[in-house]
Amino acid sequence: MLLIECPWCGLRDQTEFHCHGEAHITRPLDPDSLSDEEWGSYVFFRNNPKGLHYERWEHSHGCRRWFNAARDTVTDHVYATYKPGVAKPEIES
Amino acid sequence: MSQDYRRDKGGQLNRSKTLRFWYDNKGYEGYQGDTLASALLANGVHLVGRSFKYHRPRGIYSAGSEEPNALVQLESGAHTEPNRRATEVELYEGLSASSQNCWPSVGFDIGAINSKISRLLPAGFYYKTFMWPGALWTTYEKFIRKAAGLGKSPTEIDPDSYDKIHAHCDVLIVGAGPAGLQAALHAGRSGARVMLIDEKPMFGGSLLADSALIDGAPADQWVTKVINELKQMREVTRLTRTTVTGYYDYNFVVANERVNEHLGPNRKAGGPKERLWKIRARQVVLATGAIERPLVFADSDRPGIMLAHALRTYVNHYGVLPGNRIVLITNNDSAYHSALDAHAAGAMVEVIDVRRNPSGSLLDTAREQGIHIHENSTISAVDYRRGKLRGIEVMQLSDDGKAVRGVPSDLRCDLVAVSGGWTPTVHLFSQGKGKLKFLDDEHCYVPGERAVNNKGFEAGSCKATWSLPECLKEGAIAGASAASAAGFESTATEDASGTEESVYGPARALWILPTDHPVGRGPKKHFHELHNDSTVADIALAAREGFVSIEHLKRYTTTGMGTDQGKTSNLNALTVMSEIRDVPIPEVGTTTFRPPFTPLSFGSIVGHDRRELFVQKRKTAIHPWHDRNNAVYEDVGDWKRPYYFPQHGESMHDAVQRECLAARASAGIVDASTLGKIDIQGPDARRLLNMVYTNAWSKLAPGRCRYGLMLNEHGMVFDDGVTTCLAENHFHMTTTTGGAARVMGWLEEWLQTEWPQWQVYCTSVTEQWAVASITGPNAGKLLSTLCDQPLDDESFPFMSMQSFNVAGIPARVFRISFTGDLTFEINVPARYGLALWEALMKAGRQYDICPYGTEAMHILRAEKGFIIVGQDTDGTVTPLDLGMDWIVSKTKGDFLGRRSFTRSDTTRSDRKQLVGLLTEDPSFVLPEGVHVVEKLKDKPPMTMLGHVTSSYMSPNVGRSIAMALLKDGFNRKGSTLEVSLMDGSSHKVTVTDPVFLKSGSE
Amino acid sequence: MNRYSIFSLLRNSVNYHQDWQRAWRSPDPKREYDVVIVGGGGHGLATAYYLAKECGISNVAVIEKGWIGGGNTGRNTTIVRSNYLYDESAGIYEHALKLWENLSQDLNYNVMFSPRGLLHLAHNVHDMQEIGRRGNAIRLNGIDSQFLTPAQVKEMVPFINLECRYPVMGALLQPRGGTARHDAVAWGYARAADAMGVDIIQNCEVQGFKIENNTVTGVETSRGSISAKKVGCVVAGHCSVLADMAGFRLPIESVPLQALVSEPIKPILDCVVMSGSVHAYISQSDKGELVIGAGSDLYNSYSQRGSFDVIEATVGPVVELYPIFSRMKMLRQWGGIVDVTVDRSPILTKTPVNNMFFNCGWGTGGFKATPGSGNVFAHSIARGDMHPIAEPFSMYRFISGALIDEGAAAAVAH
Repeated sequence: MLLIECPWCGLRDQTEFHCHGEAHITRPLDPDSLSDEEWGSYVFFRNNPKGLHYERWEHSHGCRRWFNAARDTVTDHVYATYKPGVAKPEIES
Repeated sequence: MSQDYRRDKGGQLNRSKTLRFWYDNKGYEGYQGDTLASALLANGVHLVGRSFKYHRPRGIYSAGSEEPNALVQLESGAHTEPNRRATEVELYEGLSASSQNCWPSVGFDIGAINSKISRLLPAGFYYKTFMWPGALWTTYEKFIRKAAGLGKSPTEIDPDSYDKIHAHCDVLIVGAGPAGLQAALHAGRSGARVMLIDEKPMFGGSLLADSALIDGAPADQWVTKVINELKQMREVTRLTRTTVTGYYDYNFVVANERVNEHLGPNRKAGGPKERLWKIRARQVVLATGAIERPLVFADSDRPGIMLAHALRTYVNHYGVLPGNRIVLITNNDSAYHSALDAHAAGAMVEVIDVRRNPSGSLLDTAREQGIHIHENSTISAVDYRRGKLRGIEVMQLSDDGKAVRGVPSDLRCDLVAVSGGWTPTVHLFSQGKGKLKFLDDEHCYVPGERAVNNKGFEAGSCKATWSLPECLKEGAIAGASAASAAGFESTATEDASGTEESVYGPARALWILPTDHPVGRGPKKHFHELHNDSTVADIALAAREGFVSIEHLKRYTTTGMGTDQGKTSNLNALTVMSEIRDVPIPEVGTTTFRPPFTPLSFGSIVGHDRRELFVQKRKTAIHPWHDRNNAVYEDVGDWKRPYYFPQHGESMHDAVQRECLAARASAGIVDASTLGKIDIQGPDARRLLNMVYTNAWSKLAPGRCRYGLMLNEHGMVFDDGVTTCLAENHFHMTTTTGGAARVMGWLEEWLQTEWPQWQVYCTSVTEQWAVASITGPNAGKLLSTLCDQPLDDESFPFMSMQSFNVAGIPARVFRISFTGDLTFEINVPARYGLALWEALMKAGRQYDICPYGTEAMHILRAEKGFIIVGQDTDGTVTPLDLGMDWIVSKTKGDFLGRRSFTRSDTTRSDRKQLVGLLTEDPSFVLPEGVHVVEKLKDKPPMTMLGHVTSSYMSPNVGRSIAMALLKDGFNRKGSTLEVSLMDGSSHKVTVTDPVFLKSGSE
Repeated sequence: MNRYSIFSLLRNSVNYHQDWQRAWRSPDPKREYDVVIVGGGGHGLATAYYLAKECGISNVAVIEKGWIGGGNTGRNTTIVRSNYLYDESAGIYEHALKLWENLSQDLNYNVMFSPRGLLHLAHNVHDMQEIGRRGNAIRLNGIDSQFLTPAQVKEMVPFINLECRYPVMGALLQPRGGTARHDAVAWGYARAADAMGVDIIQNCEVQGFKIENNTVTGVETSRGSISAKKVGCVVAGHCSVLADMAGFRLPIESVPLQALVSEPIKPILDCVVMSGSVHAYISQSDKGELVIGAGSDLYNSYSQRGSFDVIEATVGPVVELYPIFSRMKMLRQWGGIVDVTVDRSPILTKTPVNNMFFNCGWGTGGFKATPGSGNVFAHSIARGDMHPIAEPFSMYRFISGALIDEGAAAAVAH
């Protein structure tokens, strides 16, 4: 039962949020120029690290805004949350 | 019945309130304040159940939640509960309980045959046998299942209610013993919001059984003083009868309060039986105490043998002296408190001390009182006959404590109390991902490093602090520190000086005591685990066979897997394994403590979320009319949608056929309010639509509607709907009923994470609009009677929208169609939905307007070959598979999912494609889900070509119709294939275009 | 290996069971093996067993970082079934089920496979369409399946609340489905593999791979370097970690999946009942506990535990569907890390590294496949090419688009 800091609403219970997987995956601007491998990699293949993970969360039962979080997947410790478009913070884990 | 073992005085009981209760259909009496266990002991009843595996007779072993033995079936009928610990069940008038896992009675139990053949039933015996013949396992299993289990499940509906509550606090303190009370006091004085929780009916913890002095006064007076001060503090919440069952991340704590349970089934209505607290605390102070550790000797599982501190609790707190001739066996000093208190209460007491030359003030006092101490001795045999403990055999221990020597001497007794020291209660700390560390001197695990997000402190005997003054001090410091850490000003004060301190001498590290035959190799058994009947020999066997990892040991021998989760047995099991392997205990390991601390009722976990409140039913504004008009409902997501409206006892088939005919003959009306609706606004709205739909949206004029398909990035259809341009930068999107939330999320995901610079806003307006959709050749005439709007094709063309009043209600009217006939979807603010519907029904009477449900709606659309996403598609279907190339723009550029079309599997020409099927027999309706086979065979397996997605009897086509996703379907049009049905029969079908009704205006 | 039977049990009881051998040895790792299997769960041990038994390769090591069977093998709800929709799935799960049916005898270890019947309940029209399609497909694949009416469901589970929030409209029954004893599967395979010469090495963590010319030549472990001609990785939730060591990614995310058991009670539920729409998965173990599968937390985690709200969301539906269980008590909850693919089908595959094979992605349902998965994976490793049953489950299907979308087929819309 995490406590997550929504960048807009503050510290809230995990039950107000939904996680949407790895963050900082940019949709290719010109998909046609991609090979099948590259396109498949974009659609399906994910970093799934044991440790620091950058991921997308949605404050679904709150302000409904999306944001990113840096979280440790072993301790479930949330190092930081930040708004979309902000560069991923450097975390010393 | 007299309470022969009740002391004349003492105990925190209400002796003026005699309570009558039944155990195994025999009547007894106890007092208010008793537990079932203390009341049974007061009446001389020790034998209360049969063990899990060998069906050995078992008695009351403890006085608390660690009880491994005394599990009873509480009450009967709707109020029954299996596996209740008699040591925790508070006595109430009329309580009725019975023993479990025995037949015909606890005294004479057929299952005890297992005990006779126990040599055949070592740990894991079932893995080694019951394999031949293979077919018989299920038969063997029936018997095994019957023998296993403990109590019986209720078979009636639970008549009780349960409550649930969220709480937030600065400092949560678990355990209200000396350390916890001190912590609460010091945290509370700072003004912090404090919660103090204890599983017992009253605060005090170990002090409830203690005769020590605090501040020069008896412990119970100190407890009362502290509670009185806490009562004055507004921010302090005190919860008794409340068990903290789980400690999760970020100081999230679950606690179960037994609110009215102690009143029994006859309690007055009003309060819940239990209440689940979901607590978020800034700081958590664990003052969870310790559990006494057993000594394991030959047949030490017999009724009449209990933990030493339990004896003390029964004597001091419950005013029960459970034996007249009592023998204590111990490896440490703390048991002498029990010996002295039992002696003072009038019992003849002797002590068997496994230590050589034990000494100390407690022993001196015992000797002064005339208590005989058998030094360096052990119990080598237990005389338990005809349901009673009659005596023991005492023998001298060898120097290393691993063998007995000399000749046994008999000692008559009716109660044996055992103490192997104390095990800190670290369950919650470990649940909270704290790391445990092993204290070599204390032979136990204690809290080590806390998990990063579970901030707080520990105090008292849960960290192996045994002296009372030290516990009080630690409590004060923990409470003050927690309050400080939570942002309050607080300091610990020394206000518990003058407290009696018992000085303990060293314990002997000996828990498994020998007998006159090697442990595990004779008639006598050494049970280290009472609940699941696991013996020291079982551990040795596990080690011999390589199950040395502690988790393997646990699983192989079932040690610690019972309803007590091994609270009294785990450390002894570790000790045995460490001795066998000759490695220190930390190398053997410790199993992970899992929630809950004690079993947590499903009812409490569910709380109010049951029956009507389980998952709310979503109802449209028009629902009351549907109710009044006999609608049968279909669950679509959480919505209740009218499925059909039977009249005069019609069957579903007849009703649906009538509705379909009427809708095409004159006018039909359907409640379409549940369709998802999203209001999209902003200069980049068209850009968004161009990305999420496959077709082009750049030129859609205000007032015009367009159908769109939505794909995921895999290129597969996941939703569809009509979107209307309300103004240049303003659109009204509709989605499927079930997909509304998903589509909304999909739009938001892209807008917020990928295109945040786009100026476009989406708002879900599903519930803001009620929608009545009228269809049929007379739909226009009907509508014109309720509005002043020209409705001809030129004024109001197909695929357009206009705003005007309908029946005086401001409406958005969409001329779109899901039936293929002239249709107006009239959207009004939800609060006018019912009024609109009733106006339409009234005006429609002259056109024989027919309300229809979802089934008729599905048939009407299938007649025209319109798809239903989720029924005719399944997440593996592209627009091209649906034959809908026309909706995929080749020119507009990129859109979501487009790139996936050119992958090798998506470009295959023989993908499953949507086609129509006509059965050979036009009256035969194919069951949905049946498959077309490549070649019909006598029996399976048969190669499948695809399945029927939709299938109906169509009254308008005049025959059955079906749609199917068929491998290479487009190329098979015109061919005749076979469908194999579940019952083994088959039916011929012809592959067609999926449009069955060519007529229809739209 | 001394054989287990009632006779050996009798014989050993005379001597108070002093003479039983170790179920498997605990050897130090050799310097080189023909095949190293990373992961001592059911699938990995089964792979080693079938390599030795059917492929003639017994110079095999199974390397386990903890204790065998300690991952999802020992944490699941023990359900065994093969009633899947797609031919590819039916192929592998039915292959497994057939092996289950004789597994105790094959291993000379009672894995307590109990084909007590498995029900999938349908609670709405969409569910009925789904079980209709699947039930027919299962039958045509030559697998047992039956449709039941609500009354027939009531006969099998008399205390079920048919008129719950989403009334039971029907069910799909697989009579041969059921449960097995999860730990015994790991131990039975370990013992039988060990008897054929396979080294089972516990407390040995893989820390890296030796890769030369894009070909794997061994593993680096906490107990030293071990050479191997071929390497098979079968580590469920940790597969992405190993793939990362080998330099590639997988289409997988690791999430915590929870389960819980009630206190043990006398037999009351004689079959396995699964409900997707009410989200309740329940059976009763031979010990008497109600075994209940909970949901997964939808965030990546390796912490082997989930949130309490998942437990609430699990017990609620159980009580809705079986109101008599309201007074039952949760005894224990726990979590495992499951490796979830987008299409909810497993990955058995060759990888970008030569001679390195992965078997993963079983997500929430791998236990049932254990024998079949191990069997075809063993053959694939032995041949150096995927077994026909395993072939469709290549990781490259996520490039070509040839997903086996068991998840999508159950999706809801209207």
